[in-house]
Amino acid sequence: MVSKQLGTNETLTSFPDQSGHFGPYGGRFVSETLMAALDELTLAYDGLKTDPEFLAELGSDLEHYVGRASPLYLAQRLTDHAGGAKIWLKREDLNHTGAHKINNCIGQALLARHMGKPRIIAETGAGQHGVASATVAARFGLKCTVYMGSEDIQRQSLNVYRMKLLGAEVVPVTSGSRTLKDALNEAMRDWVTNVDDTHYIIGTVAGPHPYPMIVRDLQSVIGREARAQFARQHGGLPDAVMACVGGGSNAMGIFYPFLEDESVRLIGVEAAGDGIMTGRHAAPLTDGIVGVLHGNRTYLMQDRAGLISETHSVSAGLDYPGVGPEHAWLKDIERAEYVAVTDEEALGAFRQLNLLEGILPALESSHALAHAVEFAATLRKDQNIIVNLSGRGDKDIPTMAKIDGISIG
Amino acid sequence: MGRLTSTINAVQASAQKSLVAYIVAGDPHPDQTVDLMHALVAEGVDIIELGVPFTDPEAEGPVIQLAHERALVHQVTLTTVLAMVSAFRLEDAKTPVVLMGYLNPIEAMGYDVFAEQASLSGVDGLITVNLPPEEAGPLAIALQDKKIDPIYLLAPTTTDARAAAVCRASRGFVYYVSLKGTTGSGGLDIDAVCERVAHLKAQTTLPLFVGFGIKDGATAAPIAAVADGVVVGSAIVTLMGENQASPEALKLEVSELVRDIRTALNASNA
Ligand SMILES: Cc1ncc(COP(=O)(O)O)c(C=O)c1O
Repeated sequence: MVSKQLGTNETLTSFPDQSGHFGPYGGRFVSETLMAALDELTLAYDGLKTDPEFLAELGSDLEHYVGRASPLYLAQRLTDHAGGAKIWLKREDLNHTGAHKINNCIGQALLARHMGKPRIIAETGAGQHGVASATVAARFGLKCTVYMGSEDIQRQSLNVYRMKLLGAEVVPVTSGSRTLKDALNEAMRDWVTNVDDTHYIIGTVAGPHPYPMIVRDLQSVIGREARAQFARQHGGLPDAVMACVGGGSNAMGIFYPFLEDESVRLIGVEAAGDGIMTGRHAAPLTDGIVGVLHGNRTYLMQDRAGLISETHSVSAGLDYPGVGPEHAWLKDIERAEYVAVTDEEALGAFRQLNLLEGILPALESSHALAHAVEFAATLRKDQNIIVNLSGRGDKDIPTMAKIDGISIG
Repeated sequence: MGRLTSTINAVQASAQKSLVAYIVAGDPHPDQTVDLMHALVAEGVDIIELGVPFTDPEAEGPVIQLAHERALVHQVTLTTVLAMVSAFRLEDAKTPVVLMGYLNPIEAMGYDVFAEQASLSGVDGLITVNLPPEEAGPLAIALQDKKIDPIYLLAPTTTDARAAAVCRASRGFVYYVSLKGTTGSGGLDIDAVCERVAHLKAQTTLPLFVGFGIKDGATAAPIAAVADGVVVGSAIVTLMGENQASPEALKLEVSELVRDIRTALNASNA
């Protein structure tokens, strides 16, 4: 069905095209100063992505430093509770630094080193990408500055301190809505200013080409492992693969190796915040309009005048008004489906996974879990769902304690 | 020939350099914008560059970011900005107005509607900060139909091959961003800029204007000696931030700054 919408010589995995587009989405919408840096990055990555030495180094660090492969775990008690399809968890929470973000950071730090850039910068929302960036900076001896909205600095104080322990400079961003999108703006401003010696590690599959492609490729290790593990541990293919979608990197990472398996439903779960109807959410694919922000064309939360809306989600990592352009395209061609889960539902799933499986999920990942439980109930018991458990919830304990009215430390 | 080109030609014919002043529409208050535009012209500004407020002005330094925020407090949208240009045109049919902004508000309005409305309002040119020529095809066609000049940017990092393509796509003038950084950055290396400008000018017949980091007569004059025009932005916008309480004081200070720069340009070109 989907293949009918593709041109000759196009496959689901042949995107982006030469100019960085996924159908009408993606591209390169940046100020002139950055065009040369994006060309340089594209060239460097083209050379490295099939380079045996680079791949060996990446593979070695993913194994010995990150701790890959991450397990694929059959969550039996959660499955019993849901009362339908088997729910398998891809345990990205067990990675070094506690989330999938490190997969991308290791690869991009190697890229930065290859390009001879001694300094990296990053934006962060939940702080997971900031921590992962600060970590690889320490690991490879690079200087590191992380931009973080002052609002998020409040919500994720644990990760802020952690980045400092890792030797990174954390710069609070007080412009605009003081969250992830503003941190991204500020990182772009730093990059424009220091482009000669600095590599910008964008933390998700957004931004100008080649970032959506590079981050997807580096995160695809999640899906490649999950596909092989499922075949080995169960046999065949799962019926559905599910992941939360902020910018969309953990989702693209697990979806990509399944794109051409048309029997596998790919389901992305956005943050519905207080509920889609309230407008207080962070679900551009569910309730957004196509536009241009942060270097690419995609679905955005914006008003009729084209101004970007403030978003809301209990999870800082999903609190972003845009989404990676490949998701926009997968939605339009109907290869992937996107739904949204409220704060309350995500909090419920967060508690449930603790109680039923002894696993503390990130609030981001809890969105995918909440939908998985509901969706599993609509499937048969011999069917299977893989959920990307993108991170662990240690960072969210202060938020949860506050919700529960408990004062800790 | 459009108003932009004929104005630039006339300035060149009188052996002068063009002075472009940038303000953000609606900053510090929408009621002041048209009046400020007239004041700029009265002090010798040749072309007005009107910033369109946006929630995420990623190429701007702190001074202009705050200007965008001040304007947005008063709900200044692209539609409001076009109405301001129309109001300006009631009294000034001569001075070119160039809009400078980000792509999303234009996308939201629709390229054809925007081009039509902008043309009716009396807009002469458009600088879209985050739209390199590679992505600009459909908008360029819409603008061309309505005789609005698309102006693209050159940067210190732009290669010669790209510079040629950028100049080919531009109409009216080309805008050289004089430093790697955001608007309002300090530390302009004037010698390096002049060298680069001379190199770029050899590659295009279009007038070349320089902006970013020009803040007074002392920075404007040496650059205008090699370029066809200079753009002053953050220095003016700083005054907006400082004089929010008094529209009268603001107008006086802006007029004084612009007069000084105009005088310096004329003197060095005499
Ligand atoms: C654990 C976790 N999951 C998901 C996300 C959302 O990002 P993405 O959609 O790019 O995977 C974040 C972002 O901070 C995160 O920390």
